[in-house]
Amino acid sequence: MSVLELGTPARTTSRPGPRPRPRRLPGNAWRRWISPLALVAVWQLASATGLLPERLLAAPSVIATTAVDLVRQGTLPTAVAVSLQRVLIGFAVGAVAGVGLALLAGLSRRGENAIDPIMQMLRALPFFGLIPLFILWFGIGEAPKILLVALAVSFPLYLNTYSGIRGVDGKLAEVARTIRLGRARLIRHIVLPGALPQTLVGLRQSLGVAWLALIVAEQVNANAGLGYLINDAREFLRTDVIVVGLLVYSALGLLTDALVRLIERRALAWRREFIAA
Amino acid sequence: MATGIHRGVTLPAGRVAAVRDLTREFGDRTVLDRLDLEIAEGEFIALLGRSGSGKSTLLRALAGLDDEVAGEVAVTGSVAVAFQEPRLVPWRRVHANVTLGLHVPDAKARADAALAEVDLTARAGAWPLTLSGGEAQRASLARALVREPELLLLDEPFSALDALTRITMHHLVLTLWSVHRPAVLLVTHDVDEALLLADRVLVLDEGRIAHESLVTARRPRHRDDPELVSLHSTLLAALGVSPQGTAT
Repeated sequence: MSVLELGTPARTTSRPGPRPRPRRLPGNAWRRWISPLALVAVWQLASATGLLPERLLAAPSVIATTAVDLVRQGTLPTAVAVSLQRVLIGFAVGAVAGVGLALLAGLSRRGENAIDPIMQMLRALPFFGLIPLFILWFGIGEAPKILLVALAVSFPLYLNTYSGIRGVDGKLAEVARTIRLGRARLIRHIVLPGALPQTLVGLRQSLGVAWLALIVAEQVNANAGLGYLINDAREFLRTDVIVVGLLVYSALGLLTDALVRLIERRALAWRREFIAA
Repeated sequence: MATGIHRGVTLPAGRVAAVRDLTREFGDRTVLDRLDLEIAEGEFIALLGRSGSGKSTLLRALAGLDDEVAGEVAVTGSVAVAFQEPRLVPWRRVHANVTLGLHVPDAKARADAALAEVDLTARAGAWPLTLSGGEAQRASLARALVREPELLLLDEPFSALDALTRITMHHLVLTLWSVHRPAVLLVTHDVDEALLLADRVLVLDEGRIAHESLVTARRPRHRDDPELVSLHSTLLAALGVSPQGTAT
């Protein structure tokens, strides 16, 4: 036995037929909840005994009550609505810019020469570092927040869509020529669907950074929204409100990710069945 | 020297393609060297040649896929191509691949008919990536046929298929040809295939047509047919290979 093999568990039995899928028995699913629940219990205990002072971190029970209160008072729904609106507008602006520029650069040599060098240079820019400039240019209202989200969103979408277009199989373009597909139809039926898988990768990345950009942007002098809720709570040492805000951020992030996965399943059905076959 | 592809220009009567002085250079390598070729309506031509002899270059020129050829190329306006790989568009179901770019009112019915002809009706709604190699190649043939071409260009369409599927495909192509009667130019490196299918077998060498054999045996042909056996040796010699497999 070689040295390499010593470190790995020996597999002496041959495995006939397909590898059995690792199955999670329904009765065993609750086991995965033990450690998180234990953590919450310890946290609650630490808070109750005063080991964990409330000005550092509120007790889970307090956080839950606060969450219910914030929803009842309408504070939380309003804040979520404001933040969601910022992300949606910012995302829409950034998506139109990113995908639009990628189409211009991807579909024509002149567009590529004009746009791609600039985009490749700008992508190296740490865009959170632009906040001071954005404040100087756009003030401290909604504009800099939305634009920061838009900027963050546009780059992953641009880069992925552009490389998706450039990666479309040239052999399919030849088929299009032999069946006299015009340029517009070539783009519609071959180029854009061919670039779609890569564009969806970009969409997923861009939604991830959209929330990140929003969180950063909302730390800057917001007077509404989730970031404002959190910052305002800090002034009053309301750690319970801060935690509720963070939980909502992560829930929204998970939600958008699930949305993209749903779109992927729908739009890339032709690939999924291949993988399943 | 006139250059460029002249699609649909006046062809000699009874011809679907006429090529004169066709030259194609890649760098300082001349792949096609002042080649002349005429293809008559409804005739089945097989084009043999070693790899690199310019077979596919000639086919691409006829298909209008090569803008850098010099010489005169006059081709009928109705050409269809089936490539070595089926080249189906993976995100369009099989029937949508067949109707792609087909702008006629009864496109759907014609696609159904074409798929029935290649015995693929059951897979019409399938995604291309789920097809077997033979099924995909049949779908590709249906996509070519549905356009009712006067000239059908086949670029080694059977070379990636297993031997049994290839036999089925030979029968299918002959049947389709006898029903629709397009002129066919089949690029292949398989001498048997050329003899089983074609009326006229051309051997391309150093960019020119170096040899031509007419095959008169009635179809369906068998490779033991004395005419085919004798032509087989002739063609191998023309390709520079002795029947024992050693290069001459």
